[in-house]
Amino acid sequence: MASTRVAEILAVVVDGAGRASDVPPRLIRACTAALPVSGVGLILMTDQGPAGIVATSDSPAATMEDLQFTLGDGPCVESSRTGRPVLQPDLARTGPERWPAFSAGALDAGIRAIFAFPLRVGGIRLGVLDLYRDRAGELSQADMTEALSFASAATAVLLHLQAQRSTDGGELGAIPVLEDRAEVHQATGIISVQADVDISEALVRLRARAYASERPIVELARDVVHGSLSFGDDTLAG
Amino acid sequence: MDESKRLAQVFVELADTLIEDFDVVDFLQTLTDRCVELLGADAAGLMLSDQRGGLQLMTATLERARVLEVFELQVQEGPCLECFMTGEAVTNVELVEANKRWPIFTPAAVEAGFGATHALPMRLRGTVIGALNLFTDQPVHLTSTDLGVGQAMADVATIGLLHQQLAHEQTILSEQLQSALHSRVLVEQAKGALSARAGVSVGEAFARMRAHARSHNLALSVVASEVVGGTVTADLLTS
Repeated sequence: MASTRVAEILAVVVDGAGRASDVPPRLIRACTAALPVSGVGLILMTDQGPAGIVATSDSPAATMEDLQFTLGDGPCVESSRTGRPVLQPDLARTGPERWPAFSAGALDAGIRAIFAFPLRVGGIRLGVLDLYRDRAGELSQADMTEALSFASAATAVLLHLQAQRSTDGGELGAIPVLEDRAEVHQATGIISVQADVDISEALVRLRARAYASERPIVELARDVVHGSLSFGDDTLAG
Repeated sequence: MDESKRLAQVFVELADTLIEDFDVVDFLQTLTDRCVELLGADAAGLMLSDQRGGLQLMTATLERARVLEVFELQVQEGPCLECFMTGEAVTNVELVEANKRWPIFTPAAVEAGFGATHALPMRLRGTVIGALNLFTDQPVHLTSTDLGVGQAMADVATIGLLHQQLAHEQTILSEQLQSALHSRVLVEQAKGALSARAGVSVGEAFARMRAHARSHNLALSVVASEVVGGTVTADLLTS
């Protein structure tokens, strides 16, 4: 099944990582190795725009992220804003019209193709995984499948890092694949209202509760949707 | 209204995907609703490829159908998966006779109250992007006319979904499919948030968001995004 590959990627990048902060660089190294791309960048995004560069594989990738950070625009920023991948197999042909300043800088750095994958869980905006290539050309269907699996893994990693920050660190355990089930998303929405927190914090709390109670997140989510579990003020956070 | 007039109206509705407020989740829900209305089915569901080798459930018209489709994805067996894998329509399968074909899925489908099932591929030239699942409570067969209309609806929906007039097919296909999956998650979150705010079921919350989107000419995902962001207008809270 699809999530098997994502779990496999997560296991590989977590295994051997000493601290949580080692995981993103390991992830982009694995991504660069697994795909016919020249380099990879991982950035954080908020509703306001780029919020930080998490990891970049090499100098052009760093330039690509710096440019978007400075300009506040580019394929990666656009992909986060719209929630859809922005695939630019031939940046020299299609880029300058859409993002003139960004494209000039990126082409100058030797970037010829960019594939940007938004790392979002519905209304939760986490970041973007940016793949670049030093020559033009599309990703094959198999490469696309692999890239999307890495995007799912990167989403799980960013969620995990966010949860760690809100609970003040902790041991680096296994990073679970995000359960993409209707109940989980509905419960996240419900918790955001019950606990009066934003949607991203709501998902962090649901995942933390599932982890602490050693119950599958789908089961817990179902209880929230059916009203037998509440995350109101009387509930301890996280 | 006579049947052929209604049919024409539905096709116009399904082809109308280039409008400003087009919303993929709303569109697929409409498609499954119209299948039930026009084809003599009791329930319909729709799955799209997640391009990671799997399928994602996008919509279902009945809760018992939704639960069954989720089960189908978990056990990786059943009409939608078979249709998606082969690219061929699966038609008129009576569930009493399907134990050999789908040993795990069949008892669950019978338990859910269904007597027969069908699955129609959503195809764009060589690529299968998903499957449309139909269920009837009784073990009745759909006529070849009904199945033909169903396949035509699936085809029109596929074309509409992919806005195929655009160049770079592979690129557009990926962008559109991923965007559709993203919208679905957003809508689920909004269903939850609105249900908690208004004190109604998630189903009722969905109905209210769709009605609000329609009456204000907004895309469903725009309404969902506002609800998730904490902006909820009064007509969503009271019905």
